[in-house]
Amino acid sequence: MAPENLIDIKSVEELSYIKFSSKTGLRIGATTTHREIEKSSVIKKHFPVLVDMEENLASIQTRSWGTIGGNLAHADPAGDPGPLLMALDARVSMANKKRIRTLPLEEFFIDFFETALDEGELLLEVQVPPVPPRTATAYEKFNIIKNDQPIVSVAASLTLDEGGLICKDTRLVLGGAAPVPLRARVAEAVLKGKKINEGLLEQVGNRASEEADPVADIYASEGYRRHLVKALTKRMVKSAWEQAQTLGQ
Amino acid sequence: MEKHLLHITVNNEYRELYINPKRLLVEVLRDDLALTGTKRGCNTGACGSCTVILNGLPVKSCSVLAMQADGAEVATVEGLAEGGKLSPLPTVEGLAEGGKLSPLQRSFLDHGAFQCGFCTPGMLMSTTTLLKEVKKPTKEQIKEAIHGNLCRCTGYNSIIRAVKAVAEGEYKEKGR
Repeated sequence: MAPENLIDIKSVEELSYIKFSSKTGLRIGATTTHREIEKSSVIKKHFPVLVDMEENLASIQTRSWGTIGGNLAHADPAGDPGPLLMALDARVSMANKKRIRTLPLEEFFIDFFETALDEGELLLEVQVPPVPPRTATAYEKFNIIKNDQPIVSVAASLTLDEGGLICKDTRLVLGGAAPVPLRARVAEAVLKGKKINEGLLEQVGNRASEEADPVADIYASEGYRRHLVKALTKRMVKSAWEQAQTLGQ
Repeated sequence: MEKHLLHITVNNEYRELYINPKRLLVEVLRDDLALTGTKRGCNTGACGSCTVILNGLPVKSCSVLAMQADGAEVATVEGLAEGGKLSPLPTVEGLAEGGKLSPLQRSFLDHGAFQCGFCTPGMLMSTTTLLKEVKKPTKEQIKEAIHGNLCRCTGYNSIIRAVKAVAEGEYKEKGR
């Protein structure tokens, strides 16, 4: 590829920031590096799952140079931040010369390496809303080499009801299992309104595995990916559930 | 392709040069500035042998367009030795004439922390940054620091021992 012009926006300092308020949540500017997110004390305090994800993303060199905006705009379905941020209900804002608009991150991802960004449009920031009470989020990826890209990853966010037993709300997102980070809505529907137990986890894993749309590549066959989706979905829902229960106490 | 003017400070020396803007930082360092200590391995951001320190941060110079380093300060392995300006003197003979090896470089020698040596400049830049950020890193922190640097000879243990020795103050005496 030989573009006529290439404009480096990494040096746009106005887009490099991490802001948090308990009312509006977290806002991360597009040119904030992975390393800055990893080292942010405010993110560590309010969204520790984001720090864990960053610590396992590539190498220090890559995290020092790569930005969150670049990662999302690259739209690799096996990227780490996409599925986790979707589970956290994140939105992204973007601007052209005339207007600013925001989209749920889910609508930002269109296809393999393709986003909703129009020509002349620039990604501005990621917005993560405050976490509702009794809510926990877990993320894990499966790979061969530590810190490599996921072969499959799963992010699960779970909100318990006031009694602390019933799943009130959930977002399950699959990475490396479809052309885009995929909301596993059939699996979510199985969880919602139910009391969680091993039998239900099995069902949720099975549904997620069925609605995944993985391809085979040099790392894994389609069948193996579906198996990973099932295993990781069960594990992540269980982890989020256990964490949410501790919060409720 | 129209050439662009790059302003860059490498190993404390300010340079201005006209380059094709498509070129990578590793290419300009090696081919234009003759700083061949920085190695070009995979050229895809995987192996880490091209690691340099850019404005204080370790980065893979194959993943940085040279023009993105406009106005930046870059340190390469040639800048590590004590006693000032060595560039472009990437050979052992050059080191003897110029300054003295850095504590980390001496420790790498003593601990046999390399065999073929191709990864060594990158390893040195990653671990130099680590020791600037963390005075006494744990083994885990050292492993994390060199996670992005592949070595196919040593099995990494001698590299970890070399870094640990410097962190524990074994190389405080003057260089040789």
